[in-house]
Amino acid sequence: MKLRRVSAIAKKEFLHVIRDWRSLGIGIAIPIVMLFLFGYALTLDVDRVPLIVWDQSSTPASRALISGFTGSRYFSLVGYARSYPEIVRAIDSRDAQIALVVPVDFAAKIAGGRPVAVQAILDGSDSNVATFSLGYAEAVTRTYRDGVTIAAMKRSGLAPPRVGIELKPRVWFNSDMESRNYIFPGLIAIIMMVIAALLTSLTFAREWEVGTMEQLIATPVTGGELILGKLLPYFAIGMFDLMLSVLVGEVFFSIPLRGAVWMVFAASAIFMAGALSLGMLISIVTKSQFLASQIALVVTMLPAFLLSGFIFPIANMPFPIQLFTYVFTARYFVTLLRGIYLKGLGIKLLMGDALLLALFAVAVITLSHVKFRKKIE
Amino acid sequence: MADTPASDIAVSLRDLTKRFGDFVAVNGVTLDVPKGEVFGFLGPNGAGKSTTIRMLCGILPPTSGTGTVAGFDIVSQSEQIKSNIGYMSQKFSLYEDLTVEENIDFYSGIYRIEAGKKQQRKEWVIEMAGLTDKRQARTATLSGGWKQRLALGCAILHEPPIIFLDEPTSGVDPISRRSFWELIYRLAGEGATVFVTTHYMEEAECCDRLGFIFGGELIALGAPTELKKLFPAEIVEVRCERPFDAMGRLESLPGVHHAALFGAGLHLVVENARETIPRVLETIADSAPRAEQITPSLEDLFVSLLEQKSKVA
Repeated sequence: MKLRRVSAIAKKEFLHVIRDWRSLGIGIAIPIVMLFLFGYALTLDVDRVPLIVWDQSSTPASRALISGFTGSRYFSLVGYARSYPEIVRAIDSRDAQIALVVPVDFAAKIAGGRPVAVQAILDGSDSNVATFSLGYAEAVTRTYRDGVTIAAMKRSGLAPPRVGIELKPRVWFNSDMESRNYIFPGLIAIIMMVIAALLTSLTFAREWEVGTMEQLIATPVTGGELILGKLLPYFAIGMFDLMLSVLVGEVFFSIPLRGAVWMVFAASAIFMAGALSLGMLISIVTKSQFLASQIALVVTMLPAFLLSGFIFPIANMPFPIQLFTYVFTARYFVTLLRGIYLKGLGIKLLMGDALLLALFAVAVITLSHVKFRKKIE
Repeated sequence: MADTPASDIAVSLRDLTKRFGDFVAVNGVTLDVPKGEVFGFLGPNGAGKSTTIRMLCGILPPTSGTGTVAGFDIVSQSEQIKSNIGYMSQKFSLYEDLTVEENIDFYSGIYRIEAGKKQQRKEWVIEMAGLTDKRQARTATLSGGWKQRLALGCAILHEPPIIFLDEPTSGVDPISRRSFWELIYRLAGEGATVFVTTHYMEEAECCDRLGFIFGGELIALGAPTELKKLFPAEIVEVRCERPFDAMGRLESLPGVHHAALFGAGLHLVVENARETIPRVLETIADSAPRAEQITPSLEDLFVSLLEQKSKVA
């Protein structure tokens, strides 16, 4: 391994990147777009569900119930209906995702202390939103009912019941339960994975396709020098993207970073080494830019999105698929970043995942070195 | 070649063979190239020229046979060979998005040219390639001849004793081609061995010695003048008004083996030129023809060699 050669290759490779707008696009523009797109648009929180109301009762009692809905941040009233067809229309056109029907005899039954049914119609085509809004609607109704009951008891001179079990929740790590805080560290992992493998998947293949590789393998350069020299500039780009991501998280999205910044960088450096080498390995084996970039996308992007726990919790997956997630490094990196970002965990607890990432990087680099032969064919 | 001491041999091949599946690309080539020679490897496309040169550079393992380059074995010591050769492949080996200087600097780093010599070698390449006022130009903007000389310069930055050039002048204009050959002579004059493949006959004439390869086999080997003596018959050049019409009639004359259009006239391959010329003039008396015996060109030789080969096959 001669440093002169490594640095000559790194320098040349760096020039390729800064002169090729496509590489620059993958390396710099895509991460920025993804950060903002996902940062702003990708939220799993359900609020301001559009609500339409058919108030057949039109009494102070019914209006009190409805104001319970409209006053909550989970619902936003989009209009009143006067018939079922109007409700159907509103839900069909997605103007409303929940409809509330208050019966004519609502006030009378409440006053009489008799049970009364209020109808909620939900758009189940988006099951996630439907589930959440149903829960919210039940909570709002329960609050109203309790208020009515207590008022009635007071009126009849009874003391409100003393016994009751109450749950006092205390949410750790993400006390506002902002899904963005949970998604963002995962997003960094996705970005690192995708750009790293995509960028390097082109390097060796391009030299084979253009014909410069034939020249290179007829020189005394070694495979190790080529691999290291080609890794370095992309590693620098990856670290630059990471810095960018951490800054965007801090400045634009106020993502809490409870752990040490250096740990974010250290974990990412280890992960980057593996992801970059994976792209390089694909490039070495396929010798075709098109094939290499397609394979890189399939083995990085898809598992990083679906199997890393970035959005879909691994614990909810069927067991065989859970086993499958262990194969992909994105899983460990997402866990690591969340641990550092949200929980502020120390090295001891993160060491295991970090070691696995390091092991993967070493294995892939070794395999690349074995697979790269200074021969044609 | 048998009496040349081994240390004076730059390239030596014994029964070198390369198969790709059922296809035999190079078949039992045996050959010695002494140091300081400009050796031309001549043959049509697909004859096995590039395959041979790749095996010599240690980037393509042979199927069987042996070979040494600069005294190193092409199979077991291919990495030592790579420090002792300059190889210019058929495809352009330069990085088109890099400037002239960046390309030179890159190869200078790859060959680890000593710091003290780096600048001098760089200037040498730039001057040799005539790129003094294009140092900062992107390589993609250069014309073929320039690219060629720059590629050669990059391949020989480390002043290798043996230089392999695979069709270095294909697709380059004639003037650039000539200056490229002047460069080859300059390098040979400085003591380098140059192993060059080509399919241009006029380039072949410039070589000290030639190997003619066809169908993977070396079918002739020697200096251009020696090779011409191998020609089994004599050649009569005929100039007349309608050579195409005359061709059939002339070919049927006794003692004429073959007639072919050549430039504005015809070349006849004949048993005996002196006996044939009067008959030729008689046959096409209508158009005031001229006919004279000429020395066979390399092309005449190779056409006849090829015909012999295909008859055997």
